[in-house]
Amino acid sequence: MAVDIGFILSQALSPFNLLLAVAGVVLGTVIGALPGLSATMAIAVLVPFTFAMEPASGLIMLGAIYTGAIYGGAYAAILVNTPGTPSAIATTFDGYPMAKRGDGDLAITLATLASVFGGLVGAVLLIAFAPLLADIALAFQSSEYFWLAILGLTLIASLSSGNVLKGLIGGAFGLTLSMIGVAVIGGDLRFTFGVPALLGGIDIVAALIGLYCIPVLIDMVARPDRHLEPSPLQRGFRIFEALGICAANLFNLVRSSLIGTLVGILPGAGGSIASLVSYSEARRASRHPERFGTGEAGGVLATESANNATVGGGFIPTLVLGIPGTPPDAVILGALLVQGIRTGPELFSQQSGIVYVFMAGLVIATLLMLPLGLVIGRYAYRFIANTPKAMLVPAVAFMTVVGSFAIHSNPHDVAVMVAIGIFGWLIGLAGYGPSPIVLGLVLGQIAEQGFMRAYMIGGARGNFSGQLLLDRPISLGIFALILITLCVPLVKRLRAGRAAAGGKGGEARP
Amino acid sequence: MLKKMARIAALAAVTALAGAGLQDAAQAFPDKPVNYIIPFNAGGESDISARLQQPYFKTVTGQDLIVQYQPGAGGAQAWSVLNDQPGDGTTIMGTNLPHIVLQPLLQNPGYATDDLTNVYMFHFTPDALIVRADSKFKSVQDVIDAAKEQPGALTAGGSATNSANHIANQRFANLTGAQLTYIPYTGTGATIPALLGGEVEMLWAYTTVAAGQGDKVRMLAVAQDERHPLFPDVPTFKELGIDMVGGAYRGIAVPKSTPEEVRKELSAIIGKINADPAFINQMEQAGFAMLNVPYEGMDAFMAERKAYYEGIAKELGSAK
Repeated sequence: MAVDIGFILSQALSPFNLLLAVAGVVLGTVIGALPGLSATMAIAVLVPFTFAMEPASGLIMLGAIYTGAIYGGAYAAILVNTPGTPSAIATTFDGYPMAKRGDGDLAITLATLASVFGGLVGAVLLIAFAPLLADIALAFQSSEYFWLAILGLTLIASLSSGNVLKGLIGGAFGLTLSMIGVAVIGGDLRFTFGVPALLGGIDIVAALIGLYCIPVLIDMVARPDRHLEPSPLQRGFRIFEALGICAANLFNLVRSSLIGTLVGILPGAGGSIASLVSYSEARRASRHPERFGTGEAGGVLATESANNATVGGGFIPTLVLGIPGTPPDAVILGALLVQGIRTGPELFSQQSGIVYVFMAGLVIATLLMLPLGLVIGRYAYRFIANTPKAMLVPAVAFMTVVGSFAIHSNPHDVAVMVAIGIFGWLIGLAGYGPSPIVLGLVLGQIAEQGFMRAYMIGGARGNFSGQLLLDRPISLGIFALILITLCVPLVKRLRAGRAAAGGKGGEARP
Repeated sequence: MLKKMARIAALAAVTALAGAGLQDAAQAFPDKPVNYIIPFNAGGESDISARLQQPYFKTVTGQDLIVQYQPGAGGAQAWSVLNDQPGDGTTIMGTNLPHIVLQPLLQNPGYATDDLTNVYMFHFTPDALIVRADSKFKSVQDVIDAAKEQPGALTAGGSATNSANHIANQRFANLTGAQLTYIPYTGTGATIPALLGGEVEMLWAYTTVAAGQGDKVRMLAVAQDERHPLFPDVPTFKELGIDMVGGAYRGIAVPKSTPEEVRKELSAIIGKINADPAFINQMEQAGFAMLNVPYEGMDAFMAERKAYYEGIAKELGSAK
């Protein structure tokens, strides 16, 4: 690597670029925290401003907003049980229970540390191994995406422990929702009932806001107790406590960050799958899997490190192959093209100056998240915990409407959000949680299209089983993971049962 | 946030000054920033071409062109509400062919093709048959021969069902008798890893894809009247005796209530941008092919394209 490191650092650390990075992280965090306002949107709005800047400055700003927005999604997930971005879906599982019992400050500090850790792992892998790792994006094809989506769906079983049937019903309902609209494969109209507005299907973000946020809002109004337990005064950031938890979860953090980077490289996956898979793996590897979902710190660490690792990971195929790893990457790729920067392997050799300044900027932005995030997080928590419900509810309700309108600047998504939200609250009363539905909705399209393509290609080549599974080592690997996830709890239960039975049998003998 | 607002304020001030200076010379239109609605996600080809037009629009008119996004249902969500927008020329919307013909033909997307008032078609991305650089297919004839030996065994990826790529595949089969199995993906971006990773043997894609992927892919032929300046060595389908000229066309439309003069004025502005040599160079470097269909020629152009797509759409329907 014949690159002048001193030059890169002096560029990336110039006062103007640092200022841009700070502004980008703060702006990104706020946008990410507001459900409906996404990183993609923030970047698209700011792209024209970057045209007036040096390419490197513009890129640093866009990268900072992106990484800030993915991190900011955790705030809403922890404090209001609503993922600010789809990447933060799994953060609600343990983040909100933590906030509920008065550990919201700890959860946010943990999310900050995990995001910085994951972001650094992703960025370092991007800097060190981008051309090597880019090939992973090509190794994952339709059948691998199908199995990856199925692996994600197995999480339904663990999320609905105690009532698997209700979880499965919710998941099936989510899968049905994912089918609404024009089918990508075949072009058929499904479940649109002649309504043109349904042609585009149910927007995932609108459904997220509705399913997670509306029930919380209704409960806030219906119940007399406080929304969150307020923190005792002057407790600080609880940073040493959080660091201790991180040290105990170091292996979890590393594993989740690697999963996040890897999934980020896959153009068809993204932050939501990264955090779901790493959550599932963290739960399985934990010695106390039953604590997951009830406010386990390891869950928050897993999801938040994974989704920020997708930022660096997503830039790998974007910069090396010209294939955007995530939707915000697509916008950044477009901005690069307009700037006259050609992506591809040459980018690393010929125009390397700009690329490495950008990557250094990404590392700096990630590091800046630590102080900025701790300060913003502290105030966000105090604000949400101490604001009277009479003010909090209308404010959050207003944001849900703005957020769902902002997705496509279309009132149709607001109607979908409200309808699904009220429905979600009603079935919540009957014991159906929102997460299985959301998993079905998010993963249904990926699973369906992956399967259909493997089916069509396998049909053309006269080798369907090989195309779907048998001839594909990565698919076999994911398939094995699915089997382990589904069978290990059964085997454990069986053993426990047998041990109990065996013990009884032994006693019975004289 | 403050910084951003300050910048917007500064921009607005500069715009006002520049606008005031130019307005005396130019026509009364546009006297305000123009909203340019892209019915797709940011980062796609429609977005990129809008971004490239943006600065030239400013130079020509003195007004800002503000790009907005209203994605959904393959563009239908935005097109179905175009006529509800104010018709004073401050709202224009990108339109894409064959989308605006095929959608009303095959579904009920909430608008009819004739509901959209197109004022200019400014470029197209020509259909291209693309293989990996290491593919055994060196020419279109190689593909035809292999496909005839085993009909349907070769796979060709493309963006979505009933799209420009799907039509190209059908047209190719009709003209050559080579049956390829068409595999739809969610957008052009998703087809690239499928080709490079070897999931499909070839792609029905556009010149822009070949321009973006450089020497990792080989373009076998392009559906233009003449060779694309960026690919002087790639033959056109016509040269090979296959009558294929087409691709995905892009233009702008206005709400129906927009007065006749404003439509003509807009058409003239886009025409001026399209004639700028620097702009042409940027577009061609990115792989686009220039096209000039002004407002006056729109009816004839649309009639020709509609007849073409309707014929093919029937076959896609029967092919299912």
